[in-house]
Amino acid sequence: MSTIPHDHAGHGHEEHGHAQHPTGIMRWIMTTNHKDIGTLYLWFSFIMFLAGGTLALTIRSELFEPGLQLVDPEFFNSLTTLHGLIMIFGAIMPAAVGFANWQVPMMIGAPDMAFARMNNWSFWLLPFAAVLLLSSFLMPGGAAAGGWTLYAPLSVQAGMGMDLTIFAIHIMGASSIMGSINIITTILNMRAPGMTLMKMPLFCWTWLITAYLLIAVMPVLAGTVTMLLTDRHFGTSFFNAAGGGDPVMFQHIFWFFGHPEVYIMILPAFGIVSTIIPTFSRKPLFGYASMVYATASIAILSFLVWAHHMFTVGMPAAGQLFFMYMTMLIAVPTGVKVFNWLATMWKGSLTFETPMLFAVGFIFLFTMGGFTGLVLAITPVDIQLQDTYYVVAHFHYVLVAGSLFAFFGGIYYWLPKWSGKMYDEKLGKIHFWASMIFFNVAFFPMHFLGLAGMPRRIPDYATQFTDWNQVSTVGAFGFGLSQILFLFIVLKALRFGAPAPARPWEGADTLEWTVPSPAPYHTFETPPVVS
Amino acid sequence: MERNGAVAGGRAAPRRGMRTTAAVAGVLAAIGASPAPAAMEYNLQTPVTPIATQIYDLHTYIMWICVAIFIGVFSVMFYSIFAHRKSKGHQAAQFHENTVVEVIWTVIPFLILLFMAFPATKTVLAMKDATAPDMTIKVTGYQWKWHYDYLDDGFGFYSTLKTPYRQIHGQEPKGEHYLLEVDNPLVVPAGKKIRVLITANDVIHSWSVPAFGVKQDAIPGFVRDSWFKAETPGIYRGQCSELCGKEHGFMPIVVEVKSADDYAKWLAEHKKAAAAADDAGKTWDQKELIARGEKVFVANCAACHQANGRGVPGTFPALDGSSVVTGPKDGQIKTVLNGVAKNGQPTAMPAWKDTLSDADIAAVITYTRNSWSNNTGEAIQPAEVKAARS
Repeated sequence: MSTIPHDHAGHGHEEHGHAQHPTGIMRWIMTTNHKDIGTLYLWFSFIMFLAGGTLALTIRSELFEPGLQLVDPEFFNSLTTLHGLIMIFGAIMPAAVGFANWQVPMMIGAPDMAFARMNNWSFWLLPFAAVLLLSSFLMPGGAAAGGWTLYAPLSVQAGMGMDLTIFAIHIMGASSIMGSINIITTILNMRAPGMTLMKMPLFCWTWLITAYLLIAVMPVLAGTVTMLLTDRHFGTSFFNAAGGGDPVMFQHIFWFFGHPEVYIMILPAFGIVSTIIPTFSRKPLFGYASMVYATASIAILSFLVWAHHMFTVGMPAAGQLFFMYMTMLIAVPTGVKVFNWLATMWKGSLTFETPMLFAVGFIFLFTMGGFTGLVLAITPVDIQLQDTYYVVAHFHYVLVAGSLFAFFGGIYYWLPKWSGKMYDEKLGKIHFWASMIFFNVAFFPMHFLGLAGMPRRIPDYATQFTDWNQVSTVGAFGFGLSQILFLFIVLKALRFGAPAPARPWEGADTLEWTVPSPAPYHTFETPPVVS
Repeated sequence: MERNGAVAGGRAAPRRGMRTTAAVAGVLAAIGASPAPAAMEYNLQTPVTPIATQIYDLHTYIMWICVAIFIGVFSVMFYSIFAHRKSKGHQAAQFHENTVVEVIWTVIPFLILLFMAFPATKTVLAMKDATAPDMTIKVTGYQWKWHYDYLDDGFGFYSTLKTPYRQIHGQEPKGEHYLLEVDNPLVVPAGKKIRVLITANDVIHSWSVPAFGVKQDAIPGFVRDSWFKAETPGIYRGQCSELCGKEHGFMPIVVEVKSADDYAKWLAEHKKAAAAADDAGKTWDQKELIARGEKVFVANCAACHQANGRGVPGTFPALDGSSVVTGPKDGQIKTVLNGVAKNGQPTAMPAWKDTLSDADIAAVITYTRNSWSNNTGEAIQPAEVKAARS
């Protein structure tokens, strides 16, 4: 499929001739290397994942029993708000960009990202945003407590923690936009000779589409939170009915960002799964072209469904019906994806190393999340379930068992290439099964809680909800501890792992497996030729 | 053990379709040894209106379609997982597309969706038809209570959480309707179409009664409507369903559906009581004011300023020892009437002039000026509050 023009096997990057780069901490601060920056993104997102997880476990501890035991209600609201913001903007999105940084250039045979210095800046904005977000807990009045959706007018009432949150969102948005421009430019201009768009690995396709979504909607979010800022401090009335504004307009603009955002978080995960499944099935991806079209259809439809988050605001019947039909329609391309993965496995020669386990776990649980999404698309049922734990269950099935599981799979899959070390397969499998079981113990009961009518975002609940909440809390702690095991597995691999061959997976055929493991600091300085 | 939708009658047996799930769940629950002998609810509450019944059936219908598809799809996957393993010597086929199959699995899901969309559309249209109501009630959300106005009868009242703080903080056992009980429930007649006009005073709330299939956001500055026709008398409970700040979890909705006769009796009594409540000219003694003021304080003020009057440092100011509360009374009356604004923006201290009566404000001010370490010995009369309003 390709040739390796430039073999750096056996050369550490320190010896690499043509560029002097600093060592120690300055290497990481000043780096313009896509691999270094990918590593930074991934570690950053893991740290944020642990921070967001700590908030989640505090929430679950408070909810172990009815009554207020550990935190007061205002702080509880800050916990749910920051848990959401940190997991979305701090963990899932940067992790996806980390994968893109490592993999996009290597999969298309490019030497680096198109804008190397901007790449550095995109990353180094993030720690500042994270500090703003986390330090808002220390501000008078505490951190933002209006939910991650920051609905006006509640968020207009809040203390200065909300302002820090708004600035953090601005910074993270700028980072995402720059990252997206970089990815689009890299993919469109730097593919190896012979690699047409329709020969590109599906991961690059899903990221290309994700990057367009990001560029389309991050400015919308920045606009909304800026309007919120001026409503808070400069006397405007965008969201204040008394001044001629409309609180519901905030929701329309927010969800015009918010729904594509959902796909921003899941499409790269689709790409990773579409890479892992064929490898361990030893069979080409079924329906490559329809996968590309399905991804694009999902992206386009994602702009036409935003108001399904708002069925209870009281929109006209025509609005409810339009958004219901559009939302149901998304099931079609999503179904195509699931069927294609299945057809890829069908009559393959399957093995179940840890990446494959996570990919299959992803398909299984993500499909459940998809079905509850379909239930929620039905307007009358949604009105019954809106703002209940059913919704919490639904989006954790698509974001945790969806995005996060795919990312775990991706880490196990590419770690040998990135580090040159194999992880401990047995521990990896334990990590998968623990995550799989505890995830379901934590989140499946939330469907029942939501159906029975338990609202989300409440620090205390009526006694008939006690049992399921206790089950859920037990599961959440199990899931949290399983992720400490994940950290251990990665550290153990980095320190003691057996050396990885250039192509540790028999069925892997993308370009990154043609370079040695660990991938040299610079790869594909002369582009490979793809036949 | 029906602890959820409250008194509502027997749940139809076929609706309890997932007994095995519940049994499995029961085993799981044993892990977390529960102190409360509560039922493990796992489905929508028993519907008592035609709309809620439609929603219930729609959910059941769609869920079973999903379950069927799920079982179908994943039987194929698990067959593949067991049969097409490398360890069993299975050789990989190399096919990677098949237009016919791909068209089929695009078209069939689309057709299934049509079968879901049709009944859903009918229900949406039925829910939206709020025409020709038998009576209309206006519901206003406040941080953190509800107000009900009987527009046809010209009276209204507030409805606040009745669960004592001591239960919430674990100082006494939790009652049967913990967090789902209010001082004044909304009372409506059975079998009548009730239209509710829903709005809010401060931030967005959401008025929700699951057994009625009603959930409508209460949006400040806008009036939305919804409706229900409850067939069975009983007490039905819901909760605010849009995050509205600190006490969001503590503003339940309780609706008491009475038979036509009982409702007529209740209405007559309530109108009489409402007329007699605030006799403007009366002079109150301090004891009366403090007793009434304590109730007003617990219902309206304690959420922020706390029952002990010490507030939450940095967020909600203490009243115990406050210079406003122990200073000249006119200052405090103005503060309570008009709220506190900072740089032209309202703060967490709202204006109470439209929410509380003269007597309530006089009582609560008297209470705060003579409680904890505050000891002004004053009694504020409703007439003084009335004068300060101008």
